[in-house]
Amino acid sequence: MSDLSKDPVYIAEDLIAQDIDAYLLKHQHKTMLRFITCGSVDDGKSTLIGRLLYDSKMIFEDQLASLEHDSKAHGTQGQNIDFALLVDGLAAEREQGITIDVAYRFFATDKRKFIVADTPGHEQYTRNMVTGASTADLAVILIDARQGVLTQTRRHSYLVNLLGIRNVVLAVNKMDLVGYSQERFYEIVKEYSHFAAQLGMKAFLPIPISGLAGDNIVTRSENMPWYQGPTLLGHLEDAPINVARMQDEDFRMAVQWVNRPNLDFRGFAGQIGSGTVQPGDAIRVLPSGKTTTVKSIVTYYGTLDRAVAGQSVTLTFADEVDCSRGDVITRADAPCEVADQFEATLVWMDEAEMLPGRPYLLKIGTQTLTATVTEPKYEVNINTLEHLTSRTLALNAIGVVNISTDRAVPFEAYAKNPDLGGFILIDRMTNATVAAGMVHFALRRSQNIHWQALDIDRDAHAAIKNQKARVVWFTGLSGSGKSTIANIVEKKLHAMGKHTFLLDGDNVRHGLNRDLGFTDADRVENIRRVGEVAKLMSDAGLIVLTAFISPFRAERQMVREMMTEGEFMEVYVNTPLSVAEERDVKGLYKKARAGNLKNFTGIDSPYEAPVAPEIIVNTVELTAEDAAEQIIAALLAG
Amino acid sequence: MPDQRPSEAVSQSSLTHLQRLEAESIHIMREVVANAENPVMLYSVGKDSACMLHLAKKAFYPAPPPFPLLHVDTTWKFQEMYKLREKAARDAGMQLIVYQNPEALEKGINPFDHGSLHTDMWKTEGLKQALTKYNFDVAFGGARRDEEKSRAKERIFSFRSANHRWDPKNQRPELWRLYNTRKSKAESIRAFPLSNWTELDIWQYIHLENIEIVPLYFSAPRPVVTYNGMLIMVDDDRFPLAKGQVPEMKSVRFRTLGCYPLSGAVESMATTLPEVIQEMLLTTTSERQGRAIDHDQAASMEKKKQEGYF
Repeated sequence: MSDLSKDPVYIAEDLIAQDIDAYLLKHQHKTMLRFITCGSVDDGKSTLIGRLLYDSKMIFEDQLASLEHDSKAHGTQGQNIDFALLVDGLAAEREQGITIDVAYRFFATDKRKFIVADTPGHEQYTRNMVTGASTADLAVILIDARQGVLTQTRRHSYLVNLLGIRNVVLAVNKMDLVGYSQERFYEIVKEYSHFAAQLGMKAFLPIPISGLAGDNIVTRSENMPWYQGPTLLGHLEDAPINVARMQDEDFRMAVQWVNRPNLDFRGFAGQIGSGTVQPGDAIRVLPSGKTTTVKSIVTYYGTLDRAVAGQSVTLTFADEVDCSRGDVITRADAPCEVADQFEATLVWMDEAEMLPGRPYLLKIGTQTLTATVTEPKYEVNINTLEHLTSRTLALNAIGVVNISTDRAVPFEAYAKNPDLGGFILIDRMTNATVAAGMVHFALRRSQNIHWQALDIDRDAHAAIKNQKARVVWFTGLSGSGKSTIANIVEKKLHAMGKHTFLLDGDNVRHGLNRDLGFTDADRVENIRRVGEVAKLMSDAGLIVLTAFISPFRAERQMVREMMTEGEFMEVYVNTPLSVAEERDVKGLYKKARAGNLKNFTGIDSPYEAPVAPEIIVNTVELTAEDAAEQIIAALLAG
Repeated sequence: MPDQRPSEAVSQSSLTHLQRLEAESIHIMREVVANAENPVMLYSVGKDSACMLHLAKKAFYPAPPPFPLLHVDTTWKFQEMYKLREKAARDAGMQLIVYQNPEALEKGINPFDHGSLHTDMWKTEGLKQALTKYNFDVAFGGARRDEEKSRAKERIFSFRSANHRWDPKNQRPELWRLYNTRKSKAESIRAFPLSNWTELDIWQYIHLENIEIVPLYFSAPRPVVTYNGMLIMVDDDRFPLAKGQVPEMKSVRFRTLGCYPLSGAVESMATTLPEVIQEMLLTTTSERQGRAIDHDQAASMEKKKQEGYF
């Protein structure tokens, strides 16, 4: 066990006692490095972090006393201190002896403050590791010297590389358990080099250590005279910091908030993502492209002559230029790209799988917009790096997709500027963060396909037919009576001289949607296509009736949002499952119950009833004829 | 115009750790204001609150911070805290809302007779009632991740259910600095802009920025008695002195401030900030030991948080 008195560097410095002012002055100029530790379950991650905290005197006596007590109760180190107990915070984790969530730890040396993201090793916690890695300047990948490079090591390295961490330390741990063998160390380094090259990882620094015994953590190990490189902490103190590197890039700042305390002041508040800015600099506001110059950099303690990447500032402009939250301010002569379609890597983080075609919210910079995955390209098996074809992504899966946004957004490739190339996807119903994304590049077609404005519009088409264009969307369980009622409605409208068209679920699946099955992903795509067709027909001035189960709220909402206000009318054909099953017109419920029909709505696939439909039809109390009358009355009144 | 501080223009190429922490906190505060409908800043008058308030002034300058301060009062804070509370709000140009749980007030809940019920009713219940009453959707809190183990895993944007409970197993991932602030109507958010600060960072920042804090943090002769194994300052005549018991005058200061009968003083000669920091660095017990609340059981704070304690 380590003895603090042997470590002259990190015990409370003499300077604190002798000249506190001098000490404070010195510590005021520290920089800050954020790093992540990753490794498999038993690689000794928590022990290493506990050791760093212990050796840099971040553990107080009362914590130490409670640690000694805990070590005897729950520890895995016999009578010795179990450093891992220091960092495994949540009670459930302490009981199970595993690290579930990302925990942030802090320690400091003379030169730097450190923030460590301690993340779990298990595959089911990939999202937690990605979260920790997203803010890290450096990654420490732990390997158990006895085990060598494991599948988990590969996965962690892949993720570290994916998140663009440029500074990687390969900490070969538990060297004490392999007799401090130089041969074993180089064997592992060689194996890892091979894999790193496959990944395209440019460089890594291997260090032989023992977290438990303290070798090469703070002081050079006497047990490994053959190792001449830096100690782990020595390297952490010298490694480059991302925010400093970003200062050399072109100026970009995403606007967070417009500050208008009175009519004389209009400032644009944000945190500078890259580059530097000075009063007088010519700048451009994106996506509008308007240009002006910076008038002043306003802070609480007066104006600044210059501000750099990482600082939160407020800028004022020389001219009245439109600029609001979500816009990006760039150098006038070096703007970033603006696009509405991208190729990107997604790390899926939600229990509910990714559904292509479903609208999600996408947050990039300070902008939030609606986006859909238009084309899943492939999923990556992160253990083997193989590409697999996949229509969807499950929890912790990583894949490359094309994404389309509802409007153009300023961005940069993630590899160049994580601040404008990293994004999250948010589920619109649950508000959960469902994915982390990294932009590769814009798809060229988004620049080349423009919307063609046509002179004869929907209202003109409808007027000549003496009607208003509408989409009447029937939703409900299979056998609820959607098609029957929709058919009566159309006949009656036709008799009234209205121009109509009925899109029926079964019929569409014979043609347009012949390639789609009944998985959640295919159901979403089915509805998206039907929505687009209904939209085109409505643009032609027709009254469109659609009869589809359309089980998910999100897609019905998506179709509603394609239309203008009042154009879309949702009809919920509310028939209880028991009644629909009793009717079983097509014999499908019987098949589903027998297990011969998979993904059947109401049986083994969910139906999400509408929250606020325009019309609810109760088919138990109402005949189909009466229901049709009710719908027509509402339709012609609106 | 605010007071001038020793000029600290960014001349060196890399920002210091305090500059980066400051920039991050300001970023968080602006994200809240840009997204929230009705935000509020919880203000406890302690040093962390002082630091957070100062950052808010910087984040929105020249506008005053566009939200009120909320003090969930227990009626048992130190007199000097009440004094600074009014002044700090006035100086910042912010509205101050003081909330006292009416039931606790009526029942005369106090730390001498009611044990942990005191914290439950005044603080935990009081906070929930105040947030519900004013319909605040986001509340800034000054909690730091270095304070306690369960906090090390809490997000910067932390969600509370309709009945203000925290579910540590169901936290949203926070990537880069893209905070997902979307919530359902019934939920509320606690935002912690000081998450990545340590106690030493706070003290250094207060020193550097010349932030006004309650004088109780500095040593002075104060009347104290030994009570429940702690040195407690007799701040008013509600303290139940034993017959013939006379408080002793001792040079003491406080490392954390709360209700005066629950805040243990330490004997100290530190009368300036550098001296306070010096003592802190040379001391060997962690900050929270001065508070009675954490001692119950190992996971007590996690449990309290799940129940809605901040």
